[in-house]
Amino acid sequence: MPQLKYLPNVSTLQLDRGKCNGCGICLQVCPHAVFVFEAKKAAITDRDACMECGACAGNCPQGALSVRAGVGCAYAIILARLRGTEPDCGCGDSQTCC
Amino acid sequence: MAEGQDKKSATAPSCCCSPVVETPVSVPGIGVSSGNIGFGPWVVGHITTAAGEIPVVSTALESADRRGAYKARWGIGRMNYRVQPGLYAVGRPTAKSQVFVSANYKMSFDHLRSRLGGSDAWLLVLDTRGINVWCAAGKGTFGTDELVKRVIGCRLNEIVSHRRLIVPQLGAPGIAAHTVKERTGFRVVYGPVRAADLAAFLAAGFKATPEMRRVTFNFFDRIALVPNELVHNLKYPLPAAACFLVFSGFGPGVYAWERVVSFGLVNALLVLAVYLAGSIIPAALLPWLPGRAFAVKGAWFGLVCALILGVAAAGEPGVFRNTLAGLSWFLMIPAATSFIAMNFTGCSTYTSLSGVQREMRVAVPVQAGVAVAGLGLWTAGLFI
Repeated sequence: MPQLKYLPNVSTLQLDRGKCNGCGICLQVCPHAVFVFEAKKAAITDRDACMECGACAGNCPQGALSVRAGVGCAYAIILARLRGTEPDCGCGDSQTCC
Repeated sequence: MAEGQDKKSATAPSCCCSPVVETPVSVPGIGVSSGNIGFGPWVVGHITTAAGEIPVVSTALESADRRGAYKARWGIGRMNYRVQPGLYAVGRPTAKSQVFVSANYKMSFDHLRSRLGGSDAWLLVLDTRGINVWCAAGKGTFGTDELVKRVIGCRLNEIVSHRRLIVPQLGAPGIAAHTVKERTGFRVVYGPVRAADLAAFLAAGFKATPEMRRVTFNFFDRIALVPNELVHNLKYPLPAAACFLVFSGFGPGVYAWERVVSFGLVNALLVLAVYLAGSIIPAALLPWLPGRAFAVKGAWFGLVCALILGVAAAGEPGVFRNTLAGLSWFLMIPAATSFIAMNFTGCSTYTSLSGVQREMRVAVPVQAGVAVAGLGLWTAGLFI
């Protein structure tokens, strides 16, 4: 089966290797194997696989990672545009959405 | 995310450990409490701990659980498919047993407990408003504050002697493991993505293989999401089909019912058929459709549909009112299927916010332009 890959060169993921202490939690939490170990520190090996979920940045104790986390959902983006809010999964607490 | 957290703190009950504190412990099996949240027949007993009585839940899913999951997949009562947040037990857990964290969406809870057959463990269920772990983590309701609140509220430090919480990996976007450690003393260990891998993860000494850490989006993952999409979005094609039905009556001379029941009916059914096909087939064939952008994948599918329709209609002159009306569908179908497929990004497990924004900047104007051109042709076709 062909590998599912999304658009290239869009992810906002940034890693400051100078701050990395090599704890490796980003390798654990990333659902798309974006990171590898290189010289005892984390390195980005496949940035285009990043879905900007924010798990790595939120769990990095050193603050070495940054990403504009959000939902890759067209419906959420349309709703946000209509309401003038930031896109998130919240279609409202009472409505049927994810 | 910040907004979600504000809402949470504004409405969350002050108590933290609902099964123990909020609900009388002597009522296992009564099913439902207020708001449809509560204990079901899956509570099979109670266990007494230093912090009170904890409900023991079954690890076997019954037909009612499967029926509930099936209904939720079709969007029936999905937003109220919940269990009480708080602490639960499976088997006869002791102070040394593991603590697994989950969401209070009943399907998440069921996935977890059904994989713990034969083990003794604690289940700490967070209040995610009935949303699954991953989506709730994205919103922040499956989050550090809620986890800390539950750990403290359930007096977990009195119930277990170790200081380890096994959190599903997909909960990580909402959790800062180091902050949980600072605030509770408990260390977060991220378990595998799928509960099915829990046994292997535990057997390997809390080690997940690379495969266990990766999210998939295989055929069955995708198809499982289609029913809810179909139901959730039905509010769009129904009025559209009605419009095509009604407006088909216009034409040279007076409004004619004959045109409504002939051309109108065909057009309305076509709208519904495109909606059905556009919601199911691109989701099923996602890896094989050309392009990376979902809008492109959907557009290709729509073009193929339009070609098939064109070939079929060529053999049946008179199905469409005229060539103009037939041609209009060559524009409207790809525009519609492109839009529907684009909205499937929200169901996918690999699209990013930046990527979808990039895709939409190009796709939405094109979809709108093509759709308007198609509607123009169709309207012109009414009067020639």
